[in-house]
Amino acid sequence: MAKAPGKPKLAVWKFASCDGCQLSLLDCEDELLAVAGAVEIAYFPEATRGVLKGPYDVSLVEGSVTTPHDLERLKDVRRQSRSLITIGACATAGGIQALRNFKDVKEFTNIVYAHPEYISTLEKSTPIGAHVEVDYELRGCPINKHQLLEVLTAYLHGRKPNIPSHSVCMECKLRGTVCVLVRGAAACLGPVTHAGCGAICPAYNRGCYGCFGPKETPNPQSLSPRLADRGLDERALQRVYRTFNATAEAFQKESERHDA
Amino acid sequence: MTRKTIKVDVLARVEGEGGLRLVIDGNTLREAELKIFEPPRFFEAFLRGRNYTEVPDITARICGICPVAYQMSAVHAMEDALGITVSHPIRELRRLLYCGEWVESHVLHMYMLHAPDFLGYEGAVEMAKDYPDIVQTGLRIKKAGNAILKLLGGREIHPINVRVGGFYRVPTKRELAPLREELQRALEMSLNAVRLIAGFEFPDCTRDYEMVSLGKAGEYPFNAGRVVSSKGVDITPQEYDAHFEEYHVEHSNALHSRRVGAGSYLTGPIARYSLNSALLSPLAKQAAREAGLEATCNNPFRSIVVRAVEVIFAFEEALRVIDAYEPPDRPFEDVALRAGTGYACTEAPRGMLYHRYSIAEDGAILDAKIVPPTSQNLPSIEDDLRTFAPAWLQQDTNRLRHLCEQTIRNHDPCISCSVHFLKLDIVRV
Repeated sequence: MAKAPGKPKLAVWKFASCDGCQLSLLDCEDELLAVAGAVEIAYFPEATRGVLKGPYDVSLVEGSVTTPHDLERLKDVRRQSRSLITIGACATAGGIQALRNFKDVKEFTNIVYAHPEYISTLEKSTPIGAHVEVDYELRGCPINKHQLLEVLTAYLHGRKPNIPSHSVCMECKLRGTVCVLVRGAAACLGPVTHAGCGAICPAYNRGCYGCFGPKETPNPQSLSPRLADRGLDERALQRVYRTFNATAEAFQKESERHDA
Repeated sequence: MTRKTIKVDVLARVEGEGGLRLVIDGNTLREAELKIFEPPRFFEAFLRGRNYTEVPDITARICGICPVAYQMSAVHAMEDALGITVSHPIRELRRLLYCGEWVESHVLHMYMLHAPDFLGYEGAVEMAKDYPDIVQTGLRIKKAGNAILKLLGGREIHPINVRVGGFYRVPTKRELAPLREELQRALEMSLNAVRLIAGFEFPDCTRDYEMVSLGKAGEYPFNAGRVVSSKGVDITPQEYDAHFEEYHVEHSNALHSRRVGAGSYLTGPIARYSLNSALLSPLAKQAAREAGLEATCNNPFRSIVVRAVEVIFAFEEALRVIDAYEPPDRPFEDVALRAGTGYACTEAPRGMLYHRYSIAEDGAILDAKIVPPTSQNLPSIEDDLRTFAPAWLQQDTNRLRHLCEQTIRNHDPCISCSVHFLKLDIVRV
């Protein structure tokens, strides 16, 4: 396969993840062929056997780093990529698999596998940015496909992506959803959670569970008492912050305040 | 004699990371291994201590392609443990949600991942240059499946509306109605798609599988039924552990499964079809007949045809649910907490998905076991390679490699799913 002249080369890489964020690209049913026309899809094993050699203009990276081999692979990806964009909570904040990070190391030494000698894994699940320089981090578990298209378009045109960093609360207001916290319908992480999903959960009569991670300058310490009013005890408060972005700084700190 | 090793380092067009290793000694195939190096994520370990209400959203993250399957098996297992029976409309809405996922997942596999094998392309984007209509049709059908997920689930990937006992919010009749037109259009496109796909060239490869799926439910199975097999298994999901076991092989970060005392078995579309084809909807039955399928199918290369038939079923079933829908009195059943263990099998697009949870009196998870379809199928996929590949050894290496990759892709393996779950036994001294 020869590189078409002038087309930027796009690569999609996977580390520890569920595949959902790269699936978002294939879920762009109306735009996928246009994207494929605007870039050369140079490496995307979930979609094609075809492989073009690097360097790549834009690399989308899904997943967190959990094995020694993946750490080496990531460094190689960085070397080959002009821009490296992380997609989703795993790549940006370590993902759900970072729940292992809170386990006591001593406890881990007592863990027995069927055949532990077959397994190679690191003690912690870490985001891409902990190891290499990242040019842009797109939030969400999963990411929003429209935001993905926006970021791709921005990078292809050399401009800054237009991705708001305010809270889910703003999205509820824009959508006209009555606040679930105020009307006492549910405990909600909306006030501290990064926008991007479109405030889906409150519109479905449940509280936001923080899958986009902390917003810019969040204040979870002042939210937690409101959640406690809704009946969350210390253990429940800790769990609320320990899901898909458990090791994002603001959520991790707040969860540690509720070590029951 | 020359000894040759054929490797595919990264299998393309499968979900997750796996590779293939064949060792050929002269004219003999010595080894065929599906290497699974997708890193383990330890879901069953960190589920311990979580509240039972959190499990559907957490297990959804095992797989971005079939999150609904994880949500469905999780809520049914919890409801089994807690003694909850959901109302008829909730049951129907769950079938509707599953229809959306089957369409989204099957069509992704048929058009984007599998069809390029039959038409001779590296991937769907390359294929779109010569066959834009086929790829565009696939994308439009897939979009209709995603429309169900978005409306009923809130979003396509990791839907947010499923909870133990029902849904957070149920749609009104009026909200569901606009789906109808899109689904009807997609159904018509899908009928044409079956004809196209039935015209592909299929290698004449069959195997005497033990087929396993849900069955005897009086309906083509999603969420209910007994676990049945083509070789006599007929049990409840509660009895699963006594009949099926997992084991750990060195070349795989995914556990393998076998039937106790028997060996490898197959779950997924061709098993589901072979055990339930009489229960398909009218147009799906007719399409299967026209596509040349018998009542059972044991050629894995024809699984793409069976998927195409199941897509038709999913659209007909979705339309049936929408037309008959009357909203329930309440969106979810209330839960009275009690300690217990619950079991469930549901039919993920790739096959049967087993969950088992033990819950403490306060709702905390004490123990979790999750057996995804792909880990159940891994030994069968390797058996396929051992059975079919010897006849291909004379082909040139590229052709042989491609045929073997195709043999694996026939079963739409989801490697992300299968490796979520390395089991940890915690021993405290």
